[in-house]
Amino acid sequence: MVNLFNYIDRPSAIHRLTGATKLICLLLWSFAAMYTYDTRFLVVLSVTGILLFAVGHIHLSDVSFMLGFTFAFLVINSIAIYLLSPRHGTEIYGTCTFLFGMSGRYAPTAEQLFYHLNYFLKYLASIPIILLFVSTTNPSEFAASLNRIHVPYSIAYAVALALRYIPDVQQQYHEISQAQQARGIEMSRKASLTRRLKSATSILIPLIMSSMEKIEIISNAMELRSFGKNKKRTWYMERRFCAADILCIAACVLLVAAAVALNFINGGRFYNPFI
Amino acid sequence: MKRFGVKAIVATAIGAALFFVLGRFVAIPSGIPDTNISIQYGILGFIAAVFGPIVGVLAGLIGHFFIDFSFGWGVWWSWVIASAVFGLLAGIGMNKADIDGGEFGKAGAIRFNIVQIIAHLISWVVVAPVLDILIYAEPANKVFLQGLVSAGINIVATGIVGTLLCFAYAATIPKKGSLKEED
Repeated sequence: MVNLFNYIDRPSAIHRLTGATKLICLLLWSFAAMYTYDTRFLVVLSVTGILLFAVGHIHLSDVSFMLGFTFAFLVINSIAIYLLSPRHGTEIYGTCTFLFGMSGRYAPTAEQLFYHLNYFLKYLASIPIILLFVSTTNPSEFAASLNRIHVPYSIAYAVALALRYIPDVQQQYHEISQAQQARGIEMSRKASLTRRLKSATSILIPLIMSSMEKIEIISNAMELRSFGKNKKRTWYMERRFCAADILCIAACVLLVAAAVALNFINGGRFYNPFI
Repeated sequence: MKRFGVKAIVATAIGAALFFVLGRFVAIPSGIPDTNISIQYGILGFIAAVFGPIVGVLAGLIGHFFIDFSFGWGVWWSWVIASAVFGLLAGIGMNKADIDGGEFGKAGAIRFNIVQIIAHLISWVVVAPVLDILIYAEPANKVFLQGLVSAGINIVATGIVGTLLCFAYAATIPKKGSLKEED
């Protein structure tokens, strides 16, 4: 239960940034990495992202499991792309250079390999920063920071409330599931597909009933304390911006600007070394 | 459409928590390797049908974001948005279905299933692949194949789980006019 989210509490420059700053930076950085396909820019983002790990005092061993998972996912995706469309690179870059003197549908082309490199880099550019965000942001502060970036507080509160009730729902699911299994429902590979879904439903029905009751109780309690009466509310986990926060946001804005500028310089989202 | 009041806030939160727990910890093997059935969409469809499209869209968005956030494999915005779109469409389609008033019969079940099939098709065969192409420039045939497979799995899961949940929930609510004055 402790490691539900991968927050790692260590004193570092990145931990000291406010949650709002980290969220804004994450969104800007992801946007920049999603937007561009410029190889050089992606390399810069990847290297910077990995260097930031050192700044945040996050070790490779802290995130090795997640990295492994992502890597496996990437490999499967790359293979699927190659099998389904081995000429995708040619479509994008407009040229077709066969390698190793081979030809045919699945023969490797320089363009296809370059596309795969870019695809890889694209993830490498965005994943370190997301891992960093996940490891250095306290989930409770995250909800407070949403309000800071002008998400209406009712929605920010829903996020905070969801975080509060995840362990409860998890506990309850576990209890119901054990009770139903003791009564003999089967959810493993031994049962047929529809059988499994029906068994799942026999766990879900009690879970939903108690959740509906919970919704009723919590909303009555909040209503009694006149939640939503005022236009603003304060947050226990909120912190003030300092110079480092503004600097980080400015740096990320520059990154987005660079990504957009490269789009015009390259005449498209792709950097094309083949022409 | 219901106002985004206190009850809607709480329903969003609990819906997101349910979506998260089922998506994160409950894996039902589907028989195809490495593919699990996402029963969380049954819950999301149910929550959206009862509480409306705004709760649906937010519960999908928050729940799916937390799943990606907690797995730490990166937040796949295209799929997070597709989940939110499913919640939205299911909520719009089941607008005024009045499951909350105990009304859910055969007609309701047929309507729920038509709505969920359309919503899943739009989310996974239109929204998610198009976003994947825009964001990651993946080849079209790969993402559409992926979309079709997940739409198929999700439709089966939502059809069984969501429909049964609606029936079970509606049955617990006394219908209007179920009390008669004694002669």
